[in-house]
Amino acid sequence: MREVAIVSSAIHQVEALTFTTDVQLMVPLINEARDAVGLTQADIGFTCSGSSDFLAGQGFSFVQTLDAVGAFPPIAESHVEMDGAFALYEAWVKLQIGEIDTALVYSYGKSSPGSRRDVLAVQLDPYALAPLWPDAHAVAALQARLLLESGAVTAEDLAAIAVRSQRNAVGNPNALRVSADVTVDDVLAGGVVADPLRAADLAAEADGGCAVVLAAGDRARELCERPAWIRGIDHRIDAHGLGVRDLTRAPSAALAAGKAAERAGFAANDVDVAELHAASTAQAHVLATEMGLGGTGGSVRIDPSGGSLAADTLMAAGLVRIAEAARRVSGGEAHRALAHASSGPCLQQNLVCLLEGE
Amino acid sequence: MTGGSVDPAPLRADLVIEYPFTRTTGPVVGAFMTGLRDGRIVGSRRADGRVFVPPAEVDPETGDAITDIVEVASTGVVETWTWVDPPRPGSPWAQPHGLALIRLDGADTPMLHGVLVDSAADMATGLRVEAVWRDERVGHITDLVGFAPETADGAAGEAAAAEEPVSGEPVRSIRTPIRLEYDFIPSAAAQEYLHAYAEKRILGNRSPIDGAVFVPPRGVDPRHGVEATEMVDLAHTGHVGNFCVTHLPIPGRSDLPTPYVSAWIHLDGADIGFLGLVSGCDLDEVRIGMRVRAVWKPDDELGATAENVRYWEPTGEPDVPVDRAGNRAWQGEDGDHA
Repeated sequence: MREVAIVSSAIHQVEALTFTTDVQLMVPLINEARDAVGLTQADIGFTCSGSSDFLAGQGFSFVQTLDAVGAFPPIAESHVEMDGAFALYEAWVKLQIGEIDTALVYSYGKSSPGSRRDVLAVQLDPYALAPLWPDAHAVAALQARLLLESGAVTAEDLAAIAVRSQRNAVGNPNALRVSADVTVDDVLAGGVVADPLRAADLAAEADGGCAVVLAAGDRARELCERPAWIRGIDHRIDAHGLGVRDLTRAPSAALAAGKAAERAGFAANDVDVAELHAASTAQAHVLATEMGLGGTGGSVRIDPSGGSLAADTLMAAGLVRIAEAARRVSGGEAHRALAHASSGPCLQQNLVCLLEGE
Repeated sequence: MTGGSVDPAPLRADLVIEYPFTRTTGPVVGAFMTGLRDGRIVGSRRADGRVFVPPAEVDPETGDAITDIVEVASTGVVETWTWVDPPRPGSPWAQPHGLALIRLDGADTPMLHGVLVDSAADMATGLRVEAVWRDERVGHITDLVGFAPETADGAAGEAAAAEEPVSGEPVRSIRTPIRLEYDFIPSAAAQEYLHAYAEKRILGNRSPIDGAVFVPPRGVDPRHGVEATEMVDLAHTGHVGNFCVTHLPIPGRSDLPTPYVSAWIHLDGADIGFLGLVSGCDLDEVRIGMRVRAVWKPDDELGATAENVRYWEPTGEPDVPVDRAGNRAWQGEDGDHA
């Protein structure tokens, strides 16, 4: 495997980008990520982005967002209608081929103009599910109740995950739901919004974006004092139907973690920090279990940024997890880190990226 | 980021996206839909006897095709649930309702549907429920109104039970229209651009890199991926960079009689073109390089919209030579803009 590292990143997440277009959001982020390592677009071998037309309400909206890159003269680029973490995977594969040494990955989501929880219903099976418009909160609630009633967790356990996220988010300028002193009792005192989930159990919806620069081998060492090396990366998928799988499990997360670990040469839980992309506290629990990260008292520090629970930008939250984990490696705070991204309803698809410093 | 506040009342518009999909069902999903129309629920059974409801076309574990269709009961048990209040736009329910994964008797997998009870207090995992059918059924998941707590005799109650199965052609397609509503608020640059139209002004953005002017202003120079915040007033004259004569009417645009000419209008002082209508001359006279000027609506009809320019009419000035017509921003004309 060719050595590939994350050498810079830029993140911006807020509650609503009311007067800002996707292009205007991404111009400063892409420039920040490139400038941090002294690259211009002419120095970038491949550019890959992730976004969703359903958020923009406009077909092929990603083509317009290329305006933010400065795609002139024409550049080599690609796009996935997925979270940017999966765009990063494509860029990583491209770097493995060996014809380029650098790549720019970005993704963004501005869901505030629409009703995000309802927009997400159209990702479900169009015959038997989508016509019933099960919104994203309801689907998360169905999963959470199964987990609670299985005895795997209590409402207090879920509240403790919410507390961990809000407290860790203190100091993160890109987090929306932040509190230094919130308690489990505070969370449990909050009203149920999608029975059995409380507001604090559901990821805080954000508008925003993320840009990341990747570089291979010595090029990465030139650009960055302490690159965050991608030692293993893998993504796997489970069946789509909500009824055909055990929603208290995420086998694809366990499998992706195992495959990434094989490549990395260290276990997925042999890391200092882990950043998880979960839509609910219940999903965060399922992920930690599947990847062997332990609970709130384990040795792996989970979601040091607050995770996606503190700010969840649709299509970018997974890439933000990778950027946050990479920053901890590059900053010397962590030697090894795990970043996770998911896609589809109820953790259907999972990507695991294992990072390490030198 | 860029933008900030816009004063006083931002322009906004409802943006509605509708997809009037008609979907082919194929034989397996088609059997399910046909069953619903006939007041029966069917699933698919794989070799080991496991029954999927709704029927799976392929085994989610092996990928093998499953074609064995079997009927299951229209009664079952709630495996997990939530309470939806308020009901979601577009959903079949107008009242708050339960939403549950329900495993029907004879099925091994649960199906999603609504549970028709008065409050969350009436919901419970393990609740026995039975199907409530619509009188008029077409072969669609909403032929089921939902599920209600099972009546005392343990069988489908008289009121809820479907009438005698209907026989007819199998269902081969279903309609699944999707409607999404957005509250569209233009960017700060676009707000300024649109408001300027009310004063009969046309604005562009000047590139900080090389001075190229982009209209409409989008707050960026797309060639270089940098912010462009300087606004410039543009002339109301220009030339046709390219055009198209359309003979087909646009649905909903009775104000636009055919044939009409849409054209890329390249304003004097701008480096890219933008779309406009050309009128005031014979169709045959429209040509690349033709000089045009804006024809505005009467002052008392002006609003914050590009529609203030009704169309562009010929000025009668000499043409711009064809090889100099069109976009300049990407051509590198005079060595400036590339």
